[in-house]
Amino acid sequence: MNLSNLLFGIYPYIALTTFFVGSLIRFDREQYTWKADSSQIFEKEQLQKGSILFHVGVLALFMGHFAGLVTPHSWFLSMGISDMMHQVVAISAGAAFGSLCMMGGVILWKRRMYHPRVRANSRFMDLFILNWILVTLSIGLITIPVSIYHAFNGDTSAMVALADWAQATLSLNADASILENVSFIYKLHLFLGMSVFLLFPFSRLVHVWSMPLGYMFRPYQIVRTKFVKQR
Amino acid sequence: MKVRANFSLVMNLDKCIGCHTCSVTCKNVWTNRKGVEYAWFNNVESKPGIGYPKNWEDQEKWNGGWELEKGKLQLKTGSRRNILKNIFMNPNMPTIDDYYEPFTYDYATLQNSELVEATPTARPRSLVDGTRMEKIEWGPNWEDDLGGKFKHRGQDVNFSAMEKQIYGEFEQTFLMYLPRMCNHCVNPACVAACPSGSLYKREEDGIVLVDQDKCRSWRMCISACPYKKMFYNWESGKAEKCTGCYPRVESGLPTVCSESCVGRIRYNGVMLYDADRIEELASVENDQDLYQAQLDLFLDPNDPEVIKQAKEDGIPESWMEAARNSPIRKLIVDWKVAFPLHPEFRTMPMVWYVPPLSPVQSQIDQGNLPTMADGAIPNIENLRLPMKYLANMFTAGDEKPIVAALKRMIAMRSFYRSKNVEGKTDLAVLEEVGLTEEQVNDMYRYMAIANYEDRFVIPTSHEELRQEDFHSFQGQNGFSFGNDGCSISENASLFPDKRKKTADNLEFVRYHPAAKRSDGEKA
Repeated sequence: MNLSNLLFGIYPYIALTTFFVGSLIRFDREQYTWKADSSQIFEKEQLQKGSILFHVGVLALFMGHFAGLVTPHSWFLSMGISDMMHQVVAISAGAAFGSLCMMGGVILWKRRMYHPRVRANSRFMDLFILNWILVTLSIGLITIPVSIYHAFNGDTSAMVALADWAQATLSLNADASILENVSFIYKLHLFLGMSVFLLFPFSRLVHVWSMPLGYMFRPYQIVRTKFVKQR
Repeated sequence: MKVRANFSLVMNLDKCIGCHTCSVTCKNVWTNRKGVEYAWFNNVESKPGIGYPKNWEDQEKWNGGWELEKGKLQLKTGSRRNILKNIFMNPNMPTIDDYYEPFTYDYATLQNSELVEATPTARPRSLVDGTRMEKIEWGPNWEDDLGGKFKHRGQDVNFSAMEKQIYGEFEQTFLMYLPRMCNHCVNPACVAACPSGSLYKREEDGIVLVDQDKCRSWRMCISACPYKKMFYNWESGKAEKCTGCYPRVESGLPTVCSESCVGRIRYNGVMLYDADRIEELASVENDQDLYQAQLDLFLDPNDPEVIKQAKEDGIPESWMEAARNSPIRKLIVDWKVAFPLHPEFRTMPMVWYVPPLSPVQSQIDQGNLPTMADGAIPNIENLRLPMKYLANMFTAGDEKPIVAALKRMIAMRSFYRSKNVEGKTDLAVLEEVGLTEEQVNDMYRYMAIANYEDRFVIPTSHEELRQEDFHSFQGQNGFSFGNDGCSISENASLFPDKRKKTADNLEFVRYHPAAKRSDGEKA
């Protein structure tokens, strides 16, 4: 077993298993710790700038990656989307939302590092996960010029390989050899990104699971009874 | 009609001396923990003043409570979509400086100091980031007894539609205390704003609580509560609020703030209301009709229709009895001397206030002021507190009910003065304010004497209706933070049940002398 196989054949499953099982266990056993852990009470202005940009960016990036990587190749073709079109959309959307996310992330990083009240009440994991995401994001942004270079040469093979690898992995057929000809920078981004899933259950990121969309549909008032209804 | 009972309070501001005993007992019981040092579930404000957090009453600034949007109730923060849109950053949430930066003192320097000429001092230090605080700028009652400049205190929104400058003059100044806590509203804005649905109102007693396991720190409740009585625990990242001292109330004891009140100003009791009419009555168009609307929401526990429906809705007989003897009901409904705090917020608060009289005795003694016929009690027009100010606080600006209430309180004093000092029964003074002698005797008993058993009429909760097995709580921990007792749902858990839900009846049978043991031997 070589390093490539370990990182892209086995590590994805370690990361994903930790992501799902870890989240489930934390939700089951430690729900009191399940929270967004807002620090808005200490600082509002920088948060306004940073948080909105960061969240819009990161959510769009996640959905973009998911749709782009997991949708089977044949579906794109049947929708009349050529690989080149796919790559151009991926590059432009990635660049746009990546920059938004980066701007927000840097503001949040600065706030968390240097605002005395926020810093004093940050736990190790708060800073660690923010740093990790920002590094992952930087590497992701660095892949964009590489992808543009590929696009100018009419080469979509790296993108197709990455999507094939992702689909193979998700269908439990992970094969590191698919990525053989993909440049190092993509692989580095891939490793960092998978690690975010690994770290996820141990960080404040778990609040993503609790995105409160149900609020749109519930009545305003909630009344709970502790009596057993005996009717 | 759907009958519900609400544990409620009335505070008789006429007797509040601003001693803060309620705040301190509450603090010691509930918020002496990291992350909520700044939070006072109960605080007492000196009015006029901007209060805690700063300018909390100004909803143009904080957007708390409800408003009518095309005749329909909507949170003032905006639609549901708007609330979710603000989830990354809540523009209406106060920051810690709006409350005050919590602090401690370097007490150790007092003990560790070398022998020095001057007494060593313990300087303040922030409890948020541990840094030195050169100066303490604000606190939970920074304007104590009219402290500070009128320019600052005068920003109090209760001065709206008033010529307020005159009250900055020493001769015209006035002061009242306003103890504040969670109002356990009938139409709570905090519950309505919670995106994760962690806040709820208890069906049995109306106490509003946070399910901290479900709270995700979206912090919408903090801005939605117009009274700013939802607090963010920055250590745990969860919302916290006044619990109505429910462990005490369930056992028939008053809340600690009420129990410890030196001035006997607090009343605890039950009110019945019609849950089917909340939305209708909370959305009456005119703000000034909201006081009457809430009176209309309350149900009469002596009405046979109500009694019948209450039985159907599962209200225990002991609660009906408590509702009939409720001191709250007497003050609010029978004598109409108590009022809701800012009914225009449309949350239908269940902590009501008897407005204060403001004595001008020395002026009367000097013969400077006209008095009532008895020559001792001042006319209401001569009281120090402007009626408009009280009305802005309690009836959305309608002075008539406030004047009527204060007149009744004055009539009670006048009647009892005549009786005790001059030995005669002055019924004329009662007729003028529409009270009978029997009523005024009751008022005197409840408001002037205010014995413990009259102030607190609290039925115990009915645990026997909650579980069929009376022993089911044995071996459980009552309060806990952390993961005790939580799991994905009531019936599913990743790990084996710790058997803390109910006592195991089989175990009991096994040790019963007559029972056969499972291994076949006779016990």
